[in-house]
Amino acid sequence: MIRGSTLRTVRLGVKNLMLHPLRSFLTTLGITIGVAAVICMLAVGEGASYEAQQKIKALGSNNILLRSVKPAELETQQQSSMAPQRYGLEYEEVEILRETMPAVRVVVPVRELNKSAAYGEFQVNVPVYGTTEQWMSVSGVKLYEGRFLVEADSRYSLNVCVLGTHTAGELFPFENPIGSDILIAKKSFRVVGIYGPRDDSESGALAADGIVIPIESAREYFGELEIRTSAGSREFKMVQLQEIKVQIEGEGNQLEDNVVATAASIRQLLTLLHDQPDYVIDVPLEKLQAAKEQAQIWQIFLGVIASMALVVAGIGIMNVMLATVTERTREIGIRRALGAKRGHIISQFLVETVVLSCAGGLLGVALGIAAPMIVEAASGMKAIFVPSFAVLAFTISAGVGVLFGIYPAWRAAQMDPVEALRHE
Amino acid sequence: MADPKSGNTPSSDVLVRLDHVERHYVMGHTVVRALDGVDLEIKRGEYWAIVGRSGSGKSTLLNLLGCLDRPTGGHYYLGGTSVGELNDDEISEIRGQRIGFIFQSFNLIPQLTVLENLEVPLFYQDIDPAYARQRAVDLATKVGLDERLDHRPLELSGGQQQRVAIARALMNDPLILLADEATGNLDSRTEQEILALLDELHSEGKTIIMVTHGQTVADRARRVLYLRDGKVEQIVKNRESAIHEDAVLEQ
Ligand SMILES: Nc1ncnc2c1ncn2[C@@H]1O[C@H](COP(=O)(O)OP(=O)(O)OP(=O)(O)O)[C@@H](O)[C@H]1O
Ligand SMILES: [Mg+2]
Repeated sequence: MIRGSTLRTVRLGVKNLMLHPLRSFLTTLGITIGVAAVICMLAVGEGASYEAQQKIKALGSNNILLRSVKPAELETQQQSSMAPQRYGLEYEEVEILRETMPAVRVVVPVRELNKSAAYGEFQVNVPVYGTTEQWMSVSGVKLYEGRFLVEADSRYSLNVCVLGTHTAGELFPFENPIGSDILIAKKSFRVVGIYGPRDDSESGALAADGIVIPIESAREYFGELEIRTSAGSREFKMVQLQEIKVQIEGEGNQLEDNVVATAASIRQLLTLLHDQPDYVIDVPLEKLQAAKEQAQIWQIFLGVIASMALVVAGIGIMNVMLATVTERTREIGIRRALGAKRGHIISQFLVETVVLSCAGGLLGVALGIAAPMIVEAASGMKAIFVPSFAVLAFTISAGVGVLFGIYPAWRAAQMDPVEALRHE
Repeated sequence: MADPKSGNTPSSDVLVRLDHVERHYVMGHTVVRALDGVDLEIKRGEYWAIVGRSGSGKSTLLNLLGCLDRPTGGHYYLGGTSVGELNDDEISEIRGQRIGFIFQSFNLIPQLTVLENLEVPLFYQDIDPAYARQRAVDLATKVGLDERLDHRPLELSGGQQQRVAIARALMNDPLILLADEATGNLDSRTEQEILALLDELHSEGKTIIMVTHGQTVADRARRVLYLRDGKVEQIVKNRESAIHEDAVLEQ
């Protein structure tokens, strides 16, 4: 019976609201706009967070990147002698990492050289990476043609190289490069394969430039000394490895824990091994987590701002309902005289408010689903609609109805029946 | 009421007992004694009229009898229940189950149709809607408005509206029918029709208490209570069933 009478109360409420369609619609409009704004803001927040996360994910959230940097003291120090500046990551650290870090899948050293490469009359200036066969798995690239480095290439310091697609196109505009020999700083290397980006993302485009050679070959042929001439002064520096890429094993949460733990261990280890700050540790996952947190705060902020509109709308509804209660004082008196309890009066008016705000909420959800698309089209900002936003916004609107409906309904129920009947 | 609270209950056919009932309004420093010690006993099936000058406390008394208001002093027993001790929900339940109100200004709910207005009292008793609808149609037929079920109150004449109000007051099959100047807004012919309807209800066994200005109206009742300044001035017993004798004479 409870359900039946609730249904009838709702029907009565709708009927009473339909007596003043314009008034009801205008009252509802605030909620509609509020709900749409909440959904839209959350969607914009979600879009921003998604874009930030995509960028970081491209770096590989299961990677930890160690890079050599020139310490600040060396930067300012006048280079007087011919003695080279020594700093950065070293070969033996790769071995230490491999042996001491438990959750590590691969450790990939990268020696980056600035050499020019040539084939016949064609010449390019691209980074040359001396690295191992595992480089591909940590660098977001895939093999297009031929083969990649194999373990034997490094072991025997073979003169082989793999070209990035873009570089290959520049050096070999007319022929297939596989099997041809190119010159890297006057040393001859045979092209065995071509690699390129896995997808057409921004970082993928970067990966299309470059030449990869076995790390032992790089070490043997080019050494560690680098001489750079700039603005008349000469710079000597000795850096063994520009980069060490560490890939962590595991899935999901396990992976995240492993990354965080390993990053901490690596930090500790490197502090012991280095007496100057000549390296940086880049943990994309930590950035990802930070970005997620940032995005979440941003999203909550936007959502709260938009919810203000709902509160204002709620006050509007309360105002209208207070007027309605006064207007219908006599009806309240009649109903009380005919046996309505206070609870009946409360539910009658509360139901009207909730019906109003829910109707507004539904309209708002419809608008809120459409709005992100409009925002995207109009401003280029990314906005992502998630169904739970609609559920959340609608729930808030219903809550606003209850919250702001309680007082007018309570006022109606507190009226003295005799005075209400005398009201004109 | 499922569980009537018993007072010092008199014999079962005493429906209403007022024990030195007072209703005082405190207005700043002055106290308005709208009712000032009223003693009264009304038996089942009686037909009462309450008469008095304007401001003598008639409506106040009727509102108390109808449990719309509570006495500020004394005791009111309705069918053995001491009304003053009940909480708001219990009093509402009594109104919904035992009282039928008829007002001078009809007091129909304007946005509802005749049928819907009739259904209102039973809505609050959680009674099967189908039964309520059937009863509404039956009572509308009884007061001669079965053609107007879907009309709204403003589309009806005053007399018709008051018939709807009477039908509505009968929906819950009340113990007492209370009428506050039920014919005050009607012309004399319509007044006669309404009074005839009340007579008919009385003859069917309903207890009726009505407030009126007119002596001729009061004469139709068996007992007349004269109020003056919130006190009972006198109670007059009319001859048993004067109306019936009139009816016999006319024939
Ligand atoms: N809410 C109130 N506050 C103060 N005084 C009141 C209130 N209601 C009624 N009274 C006073 O109580 C007295 C009785 O009023 P009541 O309405 O019962 O008179 P009545 O006999 O019905 O008059 P009428 O024939 O004009 O309807 C009056 O003096 C009135 O001013
Ligand atoms: Mg009066």
